[in-house]
Amino acid sequence: MLLPAIILVLIFSYIPMAGLVIAFQDFKPWLGFGKSNWVGLEYFRFLFSTPEYVQVIWNTLIIAGLKMVTGLIAPFTFALLLNEVRRATFKKTVQTLVYLPHFLSWVILGGILLDMLATEGLVNQFLGAVFGLEPIFFLGDGDWFRFIVVLSDVWKEFGFGTIVFLASLAAINPSLYEAAEVDGASRWEQVKYITIPALIPITIVVGTLSLGNILNAGFDQIFNLYNALVYDKGDIIDTFVYRMGIIDGNFGFSTAVGLFKSVVGFILIIIAYRLAYKLANYRIF
Amino acid sequence: MYYKSRSYKIFSFFNYTFLILISLLCIIPMVHILAVSFSGKAAANANLVGLFPVNFTFEAYAKTLANENFLRSLWVAVQRTVLGTLISMTLITLAAYPLSKESHKFKRRNIYTWFFVFTMLFNGGLIPFYILIQKLNMMNTLWVLILPGAVSVWNMILLLNFFRGVPKELEEAAFIDGAGHLRTLFSIYLPVSLPAIATLSLFTMVGHWNNWFDGLIFMTDHKNYPLATFLQTIIVQQDFSKVAVRPEDLENISNRTVKAAQIFIGMLPILLVYPYLQRFFVKGIVLGAVKE
Repeated sequence: MLLPAIILVLIFSYIPMAGLVIAFQDFKPWLGFGKSNWVGLEYFRFLFSTPEYVQVIWNTLIIAGLKMVTGLIAPFTFALLLNEVRRATFKKTVQTLVYLPHFLSWVILGGILLDMLATEGLVNQFLGAVFGLEPIFFLGDGDWFRFIVVLSDVWKEFGFGTIVFLASLAAINPSLYEAAEVDGASRWEQVKYITIPALIPITIVVGTLSLGNILNAGFDQIFNLYNALVYDKGDIIDTFVYRMGIIDGNFGFSTAVGLFKSVVGFILIIIAYRLAYKLANYRIF
Repeated sequence: MYYKSRSYKIFSFFNYTFLILISLLCIIPMVHILAVSFSGKAAANANLVGLFPVNFTFEAYAKTLANENFLRSLWVAVQRTVLGTLISMTLITLAAYPLSKESHKFKRRNIYTWFFVFTMLFNGGLIPFYILIQKLNMMNTLWVLILPGAVSVWNMILLLNFFRGVPKELEEAAFIDGAGHLRTLFSIYLPVSLPAIATLSLFTMVGHWNNWFDGLIFMTDHKNYPLATFLQTIIVQQDFSKVAVRPEDLENISNRTVKAAQIFIGMLPILLVYPYLQRFFVKGIVLGAVKE
């Protein structure tokens, strides 16, 4: 029964791993893997010695880092607030609405955001009418671009991220709250001494596991929002690999960049899983 | 009783207000785009549309549905979603079943599991994958959209965890009655795992429907673009050369209301399956995410 799955994984996952040799070659498609010249670590040296390319790595780390932090705080807070709601229908409605963006692709959301964030779009109209601000060129200015990327990512994913925290909240033994109430604890004290400590293990798990993604700043999102104006601050490793490799046909160099990312990512994921296991006794299977 | 205290009532008021505001923020962009799609062209181009249509009309939808490029992409997307989900679910079910067995019953279970899990941790990356697809002559075929991602290891692990929770007695009773493994899988495991199967199928469908990137790089002929890729080139890249429009159609395609209508049609299936999806997925996700 395993055979069909094994064959497909072998072809589409393991064979490309063998293709990584071109990271060390001056790969020419018409010569193939066998006859292309070897260049050793040339591409890697190139990557780390060219300021533009180092900038791409920094962009990735900055954007991914900001997303990790906000992506942990927002669902955590939201779950705490939602947990204070006593009406089941209200809770359910809020959940239905905030989960929705998660299921739409960045193409759809990108299309909507491009429209709304344009200089004469809905957001700028609103800011102008309420605060009297001059139109802001959100997607054409590097700093604003990063801000929008992080903000829209939180907007898309915080609702969905809440699920895990809500599930842990539901698992807290109600008798703890009853006992606290008998002892005269206020609601805030209950949250502080029961709810938040109960969420610590899952927070550690989510936090450490996201470490493995530090070089994934979100290809889909950035690719659908960026333009040549913000390459300096918005270009991440994945978009860079795509532009260099598929568009410019720089196969060897692109593969080397991708390999660098894969190796670092692999090491980080292993460390993260070990840490999650140690700190919170978490295992995936 | 804390919730009768004054300070808690004040907190509650702000809490409810805040939650309502956040919820609205999550759907306002979609409401806005819907309003634009139903508005008159002049009003939309002058940015007069907020959350309600101005000069209500179906014109944008009529134009969108008369566009044969759009319809062809829609058809490709439907094909890949239906076929892709069927194939993917069959493959992961067949693989999850043996892997859910104890290691004393299925000897090399751990080796096989690692064979799959390793691909989640490490991969060859975009370029070697692209070269492979070229070498396999899979460019411009429907299969390139379906086969490479068919074995979703993550979904497979969720499913095998679910299978593990099925009471052993059921399986033993089936074996005593003379059922083989295949029979047990289809008559015992699948029926009791229906919530998990439904969740994963819906996730797979959403994934196929939303995926645009494989279409963009592996379809050199725009005729084979799935809808998501078509929308990506038209709306995000604003590259009309790739869909070979006639000059007289150009204005229709780049029109703001038509774009809004296309975006809305693109998200419609998700909006339709989403309420059903939500019923199941909390269970499905928690299953994979929180495990003691």
